[in-house]
Amino acid sequence: MNEYRSSRRDFIMKSGAAIAASALPVSLVELAFGQAGQNFTFAHISDSHLQHIKGTEFVRNWDRGLIRAVAETNLLTPKPDFVVFGGDLAQLGMKEELDHGAEMLSKLNYKTYHVMGEHDYYLDLGEYWSKLFGPHYHSFDHKGVHFVVLNSILTTDEWTLKRWPTAKQRMSEMAGLDNPNGSPFMVGAKQREWLRKDLEKVDKATPLVVFSHSPIQKIYKGWNFWTDDAEDVQAMLKPFQKATVIYGHVHQIQYNQIDNITYHAVMATAWPWPYPSTYAQAKPNFPKITVPMNRANPFFERDATGWQFIDVKTGRVSVEYNLYNNTNRVVAFNQATGQPEDRDFQNPAKRVQPQTHY
Amino acid sequence: MRGNPIQWLLAASLLLSAANLWAQKAPEPVPLGLPPVPILAHNLQTPEKVTLGKKLFNDKRFSSTGEVACANCHEADKALTDGPLQVSEGINKLTGTRNAPTVVNSAYFKTLFWDGRSPSLEDQALHPFVNPVEMGLKNHDPILAIVRSDPDYVQAFKQVYAKTGSAITMTEVTQAIASFERTQISGNSPFDRYYFRGEDSALTASQKRGLDLFVNQGRCVSCHVIEQTQALFTDNRFHNIGVGINAIQKDVPELAGAFLKARITKSEVDVKVLTDKRTSELGRLAVTRRFDDIGSFKTPTLRNVAVTAPYMHDGSLKTLHDVLVHYNNGGVTKEGDPVNDFLSGGIRPLKLTDAELDDLEAFLEALTSPEYAHLLKTGKGGAK
Repeated sequence: MNEYRSSRRDFIMKSGAAIAASALPVSLVELAFGQAGQNFTFAHISDSHLQHIKGTEFVRNWDRGLIRAVAETNLLTPKPDFVVFGGDLAQLGMKEELDHGAEMLSKLNYKTYHVMGEHDYYLDLGEYWSKLFGPHYHSFDHKGVHFVVLNSILTTDEWTLKRWPTAKQRMSEMAGLDNPNGSPFMVGAKQREWLRKDLEKVDKATPLVVFSHSPIQKIYKGWNFWTDDAEDVQAMLKPFQKATVIYGHVHQIQYNQIDNITYHAVMATAWPWPYPSTYAQAKPNFPKITVPMNRANPFFERDATGWQFIDVKTGRVSVEYNLYNNTNRVVAFNQATGQPEDRDFQNPAKRVQPQTHY
Repeated sequence: MRGNPIQWLLAASLLLSAANLWAQKAPEPVPLGLPPVPILAHNLQTPEKVTLGKKLFNDKRFSSTGEVACANCHEADKALTDGPLQVSEGINKLTGTRNAPTVVNSAYFKTLFWDGRSPSLEDQALHPFVNPVEMGLKNHDPILAIVRSDPDYVQAFKQVYAKTGSAITMTEVTQAIASFERTQISGNSPFDRYYFRGEDSALTASQKRGLDLFVNQGRCVSCHVIEQTQALFTDNRFHNIGVGINAIQKDVPELAGAFLKARITKSEVDVKVLTDKRTSELGRLAVTRRFDDIGSFKTPTLRNVAVTAPYMHDGSLKTLHDVLVHYNNGGVTKEGDPVNDFLSGGIRPLKLTDAELDDLEAFLEALTSPEYAHLLKTGKGGAK
């Protein structure tokens, strides 16, 4: 009897919440910044890891994740101005995988910007990817915001060019976790110099949003939740009044504030990674303000994957995580505390057990 | 259930000798394989209320034409459904968009209707009366007029609720109907005897192989749940399994967009999903407005499934074999057809052979309770 009563209450709460909170983002209140009518949104899809098996055969589960994200993104109202794909479209950098992904992404009704992931890069050093998706790093301006797309998954020339007998082996060494043969990611001196010059001409009051694949911060080296020259890049972002970094690679909800730089990670469409703090060998420098995503329910193949709808509001971003088989979450910059916070779960008393119980 | 008759007598006499408070709540022994029936605290069961509910359930006067009762689509001699109709027929032979689910064991469902838009049997009972393609009343007043004046009803409502005249409302009416529905439970199937009582001979060799496929390679059990001490064969959740939605794939942006902008009320949803076939296929999206629910429908129980053809929310699959082929294909009825973009994660090709599909079908027939076994055509499941 008790069970029934509680499930009924549950139903009413869920119905209410569905309409108030996790309905399609048609009701998002948008605060204009700059000129009226300049406010905008974009969507972010990442880490699909499409994996070729043979012939026309690919790993079905990863395919379905990206297909669904594309179809759902096309239903967004209001329409986003553009879509960012955050890297690791392919699993092993193969032409078949990149072509397969490009075909799926061609169904998007929006202009799409691409970020390089290590799984796209280390077979042919991004050559074929670049033919499909454009430059490895670049910048653009959109409605008063300066956007920078970095290739943050580079490493030393010695590791990349001299150490491996074959390109295929180089790719698979970089694809592993906790691999002593791997190498930490970096933006590198050449690209940092490009970035310095690019940002030089931008007014420091202009909102700045940087897309990278790896976090431009140091969380856990063993899984490359890490960029080795993060501090050097951060130093160039610090002069901006509003700077945000949005990164993929980690397949989980993370957010952080370092000085005036706000960080948001995005979900994968392929699979979730566990948090490094749950791994006995790791001594992670995990962002303390992050309220973790729910532990994935193994009965739901798409649980703990998803994509994002991002509102640029006052030059800061608000990320709505569209989570399959789960409750959507919204992480937005809180002007009062000066950091990104989860709308529903930031208060420790409001958290639910699957966010902390592993 | 498992005790001998003497133990039951002892248990019963102990309960009888307890306080009066207990007498009313004495748990009925439930059929093998089922948990105790969940009863709402404000709607306790009494034999008189159940009898009243049954009478209401069968009363055709509660429709605009005087020809349609609840029982029209939930017929007592068809395991409380209306096969072989693909979708239900209401007043003037009007048809809706959905196949009538059986009332049998609906006592255990956490939500009602294929899209779960109703939270309880009490709430569910309100809606068909006033749906234009079901019982077609403009509002519930004609029902109240009858139960407040018909001598049999006057007597029964007085006895059950100690209420007369305008004190009788739809709350009392739907509580009685729900109480009757909660008595329509059935277990004791060959599967139950095999699985929960260890009667090895209860299942044939083919059915045993089918059970193994059901919980392993077929992955059916992921949603059609079997537990250690009971089996409801549903997870009470919603999934896009590629039925209905497959036919409207290119229309989803238009349909979902129009539907979501309209911001219609709950009762408008009820009318809309039963009168507009294309909108109906959006499934639970109509209720939650979440992308996650596009084209998803409630997992039905599989108890007595072999006698409740046709299948799926739209009755589009005629036989259990058709259903098994649909799942074996990974969410498409015809092999090679395009899979819908919003398909639930667990649905994927199963690579089962024809012989394995036959074993699964044989197993599904073993979920038939003795009271419905006469409806079973053994050999090929499905049709009555």
